Amino acid sequence: MTFEPGDRVRVLPAEKPGHVRTPGYLKGKSGWVESVLGEFPNPEELAYGFSGRPERPLYKVGFMQADLWDDYDGPVEDRLYADVYEHWLEPEGGTA
Amino acid sequence: MSDHHEEAGSTTSPYAARIRAIEALLLEKGVLTEPEVQDRISYMESRSPANGAKLVARAWVDNEYRERLLSDGKAAASELGMDPTHPAEFIVVENTPVVHNLIVCTLCSCYPRAILGRPPDWYKSFNYRSRAVREPRAVLREFGFEPPEGVEVVVHDSTADVRYMVLPMRPEGTENLSEDDLADLVTRDSLVGVSVPRYAG
Repeated sequence: MTFEPGDRVRVLPAEKPGHVRTPGYLKGKSGWVESVLGEFPNPEELAYGFSGRPERPLYKVGFMQADLWDDYDGPVEDRLYADVYEHWLEPEGGTA
Repeated sequence: MSDHHEEAGSTTSPYAARIRAIEALLLEKGVLTEPEVQDRISYMESRSPANGAKLVARAWVDNEYRERLLSDGKAAASELGMDPTHPAEFIVVENTPVVHNLIVCTLCSCYPRAILGRPPDWYKSFNYRSRAVREPRAVLREFGFEPPEGVEVVVHDSTADVRYMVLPMRPEGTENLSEDDLADLVTRDSLVGVSVPRYAG
């Protein structure tokens, strides 16, 4: 596992065609690793009949809503969590 | 706006026709068999929000069970005789006096089907999926729930291999209710987090 709970991370702003499980609204956004969920077959390959192996680490990543939407209507404490695969994350501030 | 998930409910829609054609091809080519399709339908129909209500009611009356439910959802469901067998993980998130949780799947319609069965149609709608992350408080208001002052709204987007369910707070005034009566208060919507269980007394 590259990341640990508490690490600041950024979702890669990459465009990848086909079946990806990283929603567009999180691309380029920064948050923190809330927990490590385990390793799972890569859905981007599984979707096309491949084995999805080696399995990829999956993280529960937290974001402040105010960092996601400029006009978010709610308290600054409101949060959002999404499950993001390691190959879609980089350390905040660029690759170490 | 177009929404193929909503259209799919109609048996005359082109999407339904396409699914029937794909199913016929899979059967013809031997990828699937009729019994497998029937088994899958029976599996889905045997799951319902009543399962979730049972987990919640037990957690309300038994604090140690509550801790097990929050730390290992699958094991806690098995403990109550449910079969959570599914490739996906099952995580229960707890509402507290300062946190209200809301579940969505923006990418498709991921839902803890192994426990709750099929999701409601609105859960699959483009409207809910896009707005639950963008303006969750407006969505909650439309479902008739206004989080009290000081409560943080926390959205869980089920983007990958985890299925989420909310453990709502036990309503006030329910101290004397039996576990079964408590379970009756737990609605499907409260397990998704778009509302909360209510008790009129």
